Amino acid sequence: MAEDRRTSLAPAGEAAPGTDLRPYLPGVEPERQVDDWGRSERIEGLMDRTLIEFFYRLWFRCEVEGIENVPAEGGALLVSNHSGALPPDAAMITKAIKEEHSHPRPVNLTVEHFFKGYPGFSMLLPKIGAVPAHPANVHRLLYDERALVLVFPEGRKGTEKLYKDRYRLRRFGRGGFVEAAMRARAPIVPIAVVGAEEAAPVFAQVKPLQRLTGLLYFPITPTFPHFGLLGMLGYLPAKFKLRFLPPVPTDDPAFGDEPWEDKALVQTLAHEIRATIQDELVDMLGARRSVWFG
Amino acid sequence: MSSKRILLTGLSTYWGGRLAQALERDPAVEAIIGVDRRPPKVELHRTEYVRVTDSHSLIRRIVEAAEIDTVVDTRLVVDSIVTTPRLAHENNVMGTMNVLAACGGEGNPVRKVVFKSSAHYYGAEQDDPAFFTEAMDRPHAPRTPIERDIVDAERAVREFALRHPHVTVTVLRFANGLGTALRTSLSQAFGLPAVPAILGFDPRFQFIHEDDLAGCLEHAVRHDLEGVYNGAADGVLVLSEVAGLLGKQLAPLLPPLGTSLAASVLRRAGVRISPETLGLLRYGRGLDNRKLKATGYRYRYTSREAVIKLREHQRLAAIVGDSQEAYRYERDLEEFLRRSPSVRPTARRPAPAPSNLAPGERRAGLAPATRGSYDDLGADELIALLPSLEPAALAELAVHEREHAARPEVMKAIASLQGWEARA
Repeated sequence: MAEDRRTSLAPAGEAAPGTDLRPYLPGVEPERQVDDWGRSERIEGLMDRTLIEFFYRLWFRCEVEGIENVPAEGGALLVSNHSGALPPDAAMITKAIKEEHSHPRPVNLTVEHFFKGYPGFSMLLPKIGAVPAHPANVHRLLYDERALVLVFPEGRKGTEKLYKDRYRLRRFGRGGFVEAAMRARAPIVPIAVVGAEEAAPVFAQVKPLQRLTGLLYFPITPTFPHFGLLGMLGYLPAKFKLRFLPPVPTDDPAFGDEPWEDKALVQTLAHEIRATIQDELVDMLGARRSVWFG
Repeated sequence: MSSKRILLTGLSTYWGGRLAQALERDPAVEAIIGVDRRPPKVELHRTEYVRVTDSHSLIRRIVEAAEIDTVVDTRLVVDSIVTTPRLAHENNVMGTMNVLAACGGEGNPVRKVVFKSSAHYYGAEQDDPAFFTEAMDRPHAPRTPIERDIVDAERAVREFALRHPHVTVTVLRFANGLGTALRTSLSQAFGLPAVPAILGFDPRFQFIHEDDLAGCLEHAVRHDLEGVYNGAADGVLVLSEVAGLLGKQLAPLLPPLGTSLAASVLRRAGVRISPETLGLLRYGRGLDNRKLKATGYRYRYTSREAVIKLREHQRLAAIVGDSQEAYRYERDLEEFLRRSPSVRPTARRPAPAPSNLAPGERRAGLAPATRGSYDDLGADELIALLPSLEPAALAELAVHEREHAARPEVMKAIASLQGWEARA
């Protein structure tokens, strides 16, 4: 994992309040295999070489467009549509940047706080680069560590949605992701993903079982729950297409000094980004001849 | 403001003792007074120890009588295994109020208060940020008595700061301390044959080495730091990483449901895991330590190095036992050494050897065995060592010193010692 972004070059002396604390980020300890977020190079690498490699190349046969829209350096917020029972889209976006980009960088995926409290998930998810979707976490990653952060503003509403509602974007939360990007002065890169809805179709949500297991939702998919938890990984071999769209700047001088305070502006931008992704999805679906062969 | 006359509460704690030792070395500090219920555990040369039993209100009399300008309050109990909840509350909440009362009011000489707090202030919850900054509040009300105490104590400190704008108030929130001299529920858990964990969780932990604990406090005394600062070493480790560094297995003994029930069963079996540690074992906690670093403090150890130090200590303790000869405070002896006219001034000179060294490291603090190594000693260290030498060895050393380094202050000290011995 490229860690050069976190070298410590702290100058000595007293610091006035409101100073830029970025130079004081902890330095890299090369002996460590886990970073401060709990991300494990070893486990991530293992997943990447086996499962994700298989799904990316052979199963979903991912096709990537516009990868150059992801900035080669500095923080950037990647925003994508979201779907599927155990969504494969995040892993494919991460893999696409790793494989196709001229400056591959790790992507930090934001997940619900729920996963931090659920045994097993709590252990595994941070290891492969997931961080809880707390505004402070997103800010630190984008602004202080100048990293790539992937968010799904649809959140749970996206993964809960049924097959019959496929490719219809849900509400983009309260625009918190735009606010976070504005505070960090990081561009937003919208991403449209086609294929994930067919790879893991959800036919129904079973409320009582959801309550019983304490999970976020309890979907019925072609392979879950009758093949057990591994059935969650039983994706259908849909053809994946990932389209990275031109970055939307958030530090436009026209926005003013503290644009994140302007809720109307935040909402407008969130709506625009949602509309961009929705239009792109419609465009990609129109051009698609087959769900399985693209 | 430079601190000259310093009052230290919690002198018997490790960091209290280390801080007093560090301040003694500074000639600009005129007076150091330590108060505690128990005597200090480290050797001190000019720190005055006052035994204050129950009522901290006596502190006010000390503050006024000694014209204290800086109060360092390190007596907060942040681990529930060291005492009962009632005593902890008495100490943490009532004690803090009493100490603060002693620092305020009309004509009070105190100009700086340094308050040692704990990162338990933030708690450990599911929806926590990955790195707490000083400006963040805890997202939920405290769940354990210790956390409640810490929040209450800090509220009292905040109110004091608001009411006394001319007093610099520093609050240091420390991560879990690790070190040979610290006994906490975590260090106890890490001392077990396997590190206990909750099944399915691998929480993030951040530590601070005991030397840095004392170092941060000293930094706060030497500089004027207004406000709250996190004290935590660089690096946040996951529990499995900690277990790996300690060369142990992770033992997921605690079930994810009914954890506190299982913990109480374990407590019966002798493994005492405090309630506030249970929260940490589930969700972990990370701190943003950059604010203190931006004021110029440099941590000597990272979290990882602190764990490695602990492992070294554990290994040595398994072989040679806890061989550190414990220092015992003898009031009459201390009084004699400090006040008696018979004690030569050179013997009063402070020559503190760090007391927290692992047994294998202590040789640095011992008297050198061969004459050649005298040259490696500084003049001060050599002079402090002289009284322990036999007259013959002293004469030999005098010759050696004349032929080699010939430092005037050493020569003079040897000569005066020889003259004194001749008279005797």
